Amino acid sequence: MWSDVDQRTDRIVVSPVADQAPVASGGFLRVEGLARGFTPGRPVFAGVDFTMDRGEFVCIIGHSGCGKTTVLNILAGLDVATEGLVFMDGREVRGPGLERGVVFQGHALMPWLTVRRNVAFAVESRWPHWSRAQVDEHSVRFLTMVGLASALDRKPAQLSGGMKQRVGIARAFAIQPKMLLLDEPFGALDALTRGTIQGELLQIVRETRQTVFMITHDVDEAILLADRILLMRNGADSPRGWVPGGIAEALANPLPRDRTRADLHRLPGYDELRNRIVDFLVHRAHSGGEH
Amino acid sequence: MPASQNLRAALLSVLLLSVLLLTWQIATDLPSGEAGGAPAAMTPEQLEYAKLMGKDPGAQKPSGFPTPAQMAETVVKHLSDPFYDNGPNDKGIAIQLAHSLARVALGFLCACALAIPLGFAIGMSPLLYKALDPFIQVLKPISPLAWMPLALYTIKDSTASGVFVIFICSVWPMLINTAFGVASVRREWLNVAATLEVRPLRRAFRVILPAAAPTILTGMRISMGIAWLVIVAAEMLVGGTGIGYFVWNEWNNLSLTNVIFAIVVIGVVGMLLDLMFARLQRWVTYVE
Repeated sequence: MWSDVDQRTDRIVVSPVADQAPVASGGFLRVEGLARGFTPGRPVFAGVDFTMDRGEFVCIIGHSGCGKTTVLNILAGLDVATEGLVFMDGREVRGPGLERGVVFQGHALMPWLTVRRNVAFAVESRWPHWSRAQVDEHSVRFLTMVGLASALDRKPAQLSGGMKQRVGIARAFAIQPKMLLLDEPFGALDALTRGTIQGELLQIVRETRQTVFMITHDVDEAILLADRILLMRNGADSPRGWVPGGIAEALANPLPRDRTRADLHRLPGYDELRNRIVDFLVHRAHSGGEH
Repeated sequence: MPASQNLRAALLSVLLLSVLLLTWQIATDLPSGEAGGAPAAMTPEQLEYAKLMGKDPGAQKPSGFPTPAQMAETVVKHLSDPFYDNGPNDKGIAIQLAHSLARVALGFLCACALAIPLGFAIGMSPLLYKALDPFIQVLKPISPLAWMPLALYTIKDSTASGVFVIFICSVWPMLINTAFGVASVRREWLNVAATLEVRPLRRAFRVILPAAAPTILTGMRISMGIAWLVIVAAEMLVGGTGIGYFVWNEWNNLSLTNVIFAIVVIGVVGMLLDLMFARLQRWVTYVE
């Protein structure tokens, strides 16, 4: 494992941390010099570095096309980075795995299975030796947690958008992963439903002390949920040539941890944080790295 | 509202059937044209000459096409004893049908056994898809009966050749639909399976198969329809037993009532087979 890692880091020349010897020290999740390109010479993003602590909630915010989803897919193991490495809990992430639960943008429930069976499918995959009753008990517990105890035997098509997304969240939590990856989970929901589920998610995350990496478009959502907010800039052409996208800034959230959606906008520090993010999104996110 | 519409549709169907039967009755009741009656202007010698030539103007010549009453008689006769067996050329309708259905079932099952696994492989591997596509495109449009001489020559058994023809015509729709269904399984379901570390075999049976099942069943339904069309023609060619042979045999006997009866039976059985697959299809279809 270790020799393998050293060997691989030798090849990464552009990565600013490539010469730091024990790469996987400190930080529950370490992302180092990540780059992904689809056309040669014009990577969507490059040199993405960040770390996450255990139990930390990190939101990444940026315009469409900046590569947020690609970053998440690489963390999930569903996509492969052109350059760079991802370590979780001291081990390199290669390919998808059960220690990282994913909530997909379009909920990705299997429409031929009931709500209960959708979650049970994940639970069976995590603990293949469990009895049917054990699997069912575990699935129902997590579905009850997201308030779906009364809809267990319905098919996804019979659920509202918010309920479907709740099933997706229950499925991701049910496998008790070391880390949760959420790809804009509330994007398709109306504002009221979104507020409710955000509250529920926040509560569950705090109870389970889950480490969460989440993509969002919504500034208030990021401020409400995240301990730290990563601002991602789009790649752009500049007089010096192509400037790939990347993390422009990482903002720590100074608001108290017990904040709720209702009192969020009255908290001191909220306006500054919000203005800073909005200012970034409006003025600097597209400007080719002149930050 | 739909209930009353169904009722009206049923009434209309019954009405159409009555009109059809009535037309048939009137058409077959009429004595055929020139045999209407003896023309008055014929001398006894001329009459006798006409009789000698087989053109008796006085005789009522039957039209040859059966009347609905004769037809009903035949139907009752066949349905009252469908299982008799009086030797090679005289078997009850149920026995003939059983032979045809057995051939269709055997050929169809062989086709399923090949087409579904192969379709799975083709659907999952773009390489295999590209490699096999030219073969499929060339083999698909060949009339299944064109295989018959080759089958008879190599298999040397008429029944097995019939089964082979059913096999070859059922394979293509199932193969193509299975490959298409498997290839178009939503990426996100496969991603879910990947993040859950689902093993390939479990993924095939628990994710890809249910996701592609409606498309696969559509292919099976089309295949069954084609197989039932082809079996009649195939049995006319190979002879011996089966509903197709029955039609051909009764044509040689000039028994039109039996031919018409067989035609109706073929239609009804084909409809029942299709209904069966429609039911199966509804069972595996999911709403997204």
